[in-house]
Amino acid sequence: MNTGAAPDRIHERFTALRAEGRAGLVTFVTAGDPDFETSWNILAGLPEAGADLIEIGMPFSDPMADGPAIQASSLRALGSGQNMAKTIDLVRRFRAADATTPLLLMGYYNPIYRYGNQRFLDDAKSAGADGLIIVDLPPEEDSELCLPARDTGLHFIRLATPTTDQARLAKVLTNASGFIYYVSITGITGTRSARPGDVNERIAALRAATDLPIAVGFGIKTPQQAAAIARIADAVVVGSALVERIRQGLDDDRRPGAGLVAETLGLVKELAAGVRGARQSGAATG
Amino acid sequence: MSTPNTFRSGPDEGGHFDLFGGRYVAETLMPLILDLERAWGEARTDPGYTAELDHFLAHYAGRPSPLYFAERLTQELGGAKIYFKRDELNHTGSHKINNCLGQILLARRMGKKRIIAETGAGQHGVATATVCARFDLDCTIYMGEVDIQRQQPNVFRMKLLGAKVVPVGSGSATLKDAMNEALRDWVASVETTYYLIGTAAGPHPYPAMVRDFQSVIGREVRQQLDAAEGRGPDTLIACIGGGSNAIGLFHPFLDDAGVEMFAVEAAGEGLDSGRHAASISAGVPGVLHGSRSYLLQDDDGQISEAHSISAGLDYPGIGPEHAWLHEQGRVHYVSATDAEALAAFKLCSELEGIIPALEPAHALAHVIRHCPGLARDHLVVMNLCGRGDKDVFLVARHLGVEL
Repeated sequence: MNTGAAPDRIHERFTALRAEGRAGLVTFVTAGDPDFETSWNILAGLPEAGADLIEIGMPFSDPMADGPAIQASSLRALGSGQNMAKTIDLVRRFRAADATTPLLLMGYYNPIYRYGNQRFLDDAKSAGADGLIIVDLPPEEDSELCLPARDTGLHFIRLATPTTDQARLAKVLTNASGFIYYVSITGITGTRSARPGDVNERIAALRAATDLPIAVGFGIKTPQQAAAIARIADAVVVGSALVERIRQGLDDDRRPGAGLVAETLGLVKELAAGVRGARQSGAATG
Repeated sequence: MSTPNTFRSGPDEGGHFDLFGGRYVAETLMPLILDLERAWGEARTDPGYTAELDHFLAHYAGRPSPLYFAERLTQELGGAKIYFKRDELNHTGSHKINNCLGQILLARRMGKKRIIAETGAGQHGVATATVCARFDLDCTIYMGEVDIQRQQPNVFRMKLLGAKVVPVGSGSATLKDAMNEALRDWVASVETTYYLIGTAAGPHPYPAMVRDFQSVIGREVRQQLDAAEGRGPDTLIACIGGGSNAIGLFHPFLDDAGVEMFAVEAAGEGLDSGRHAASISAGVPGVLHGSRSYLLQDDDGQISEAHSISAGLDYPGIGPEHAWLHEQGRVHYVSATDAEALAAFKLCSELEGIIPALEPAHALAHVIRHCPGLARDHLVVMNLCGRGDKDVFLVARHLGVEL
């Protein structure tokens, strides 16, 4: 990918993680959940709490690949008035405060298409986003957004799944950049969890085919699960557990309770501790 | 835009009808969608498969369905000569069985043991549950809670047929949400499960495949009208939600330049009310449920809730080939309100002794508007794609009648 003189934060972060000899923690929260300011406060605290890369969900009314927790977070965000322009504002605010943590926009294609593809890419790039993860744009539709994104200097993160066989993997990797997001289960977010043994096997197959870092997500909820995956992957993605913690922090009127931000960041700290300690404590068994 | 040599050659290899169609799905589903495309490509040219399908269409579904001259309605309107294509007489009471038989035979060829489907009015759910019973396959139907309330008879039918009916409470709790939930199931069960989509929408190859299964409607009309009148139709009219009955009637005639076509969307409480399901009349292009087409959505790309008295038309999108035919100007997309559909429902029952489903009652509303001004030798064919038994309780409520 040609990024010219601009910093490639994703590459730099994974290089640094490798030097530290540990996996990274990737956290997902939905922009505007439960409201713009609270979501900003969570976002602003993520790096210090231990998030190495950050995914910001762009809320969508019909998130077909997501389980109940992220569906609900999308609806909370939309209900509070979140839209694409505000999501890009959130990126801009974050980047003004943090120059190094990689930021990825994740979501579905329609809100981008409606906003205007090139307008979205230009705005996301200039606000300080580093890459995109778009669930419903497989390689078959690369000309839509993937190639224009790369031309604009944004990484387009590919998803590989348990159904991605060897023949298909070549296609998935063709325009991949940044890192590979391995979806560890056949299923929607926040539901069942993969067995580390199965994931290990698939990661080996991925590593044989690409030098890109590999992040693993879907179904990882606890520090223990995060640690198990951190022994074998380059990064661990946690989303549903965090947005579920946000939901638990709402009061009876569905407004953010006093402890919501601290409790959400507290879970991030626990997950980060699990990820950071994984290769020391797990070396014997990993 | 130049007129293509043919309107019948789409989609291209990637499933696109120019801008529309495509395969906008999660990576988990892509290998399966490619498998399905391969299996469908093999089946459609396999004489054994087509012979089996023809057998079940004739002996199980009851095809061909009659083409009926609606004499009293014709007299009442005093214009064009009106024919009904009686697809409501099919087994299970609608055109949906045509597609279900085709896909279930394909699912068996692919070795799938479990079938999932979404349903709005319940007609597709009933047809799916029916073929699953016949071929001894496990069946799960996703249906919005709102639709479950207004289509109780069909819910009971599905259960009688051995299907599990899963209520969907998310979003607007109608067809769109049932489709989301079916897709979520499918992502989690790809290895064993076949998703039997009921309309000419979704990711490629579904829109083309469903169209091909439903095109039996138009092919029969051509033969039957030729036998009755010695010529083809002047006008074709069908209701449209996702658009499977309409594309089934239209597609064989798309290259017959003299045939005009009307697809009738549900205008609900009126196009200006914001409470309707008219995706082409009031929507803009977008991507949902695996393909690009016209969608009801807000300025931020969030999908709007559709509204129609007819659960089968209550969907904020439309099949991608229809979006293309609209932009080509080949098919006219018009609309009818809840009130117009109810009036047509009553008129058809009283004049012809046929209680139509609320879905084709929308097509009938356009027949009533359009036909009086036409010459008496002008031949109109309307697809009467479903029967109204399922709707009588709902209509009674709207007419203020206690049962």
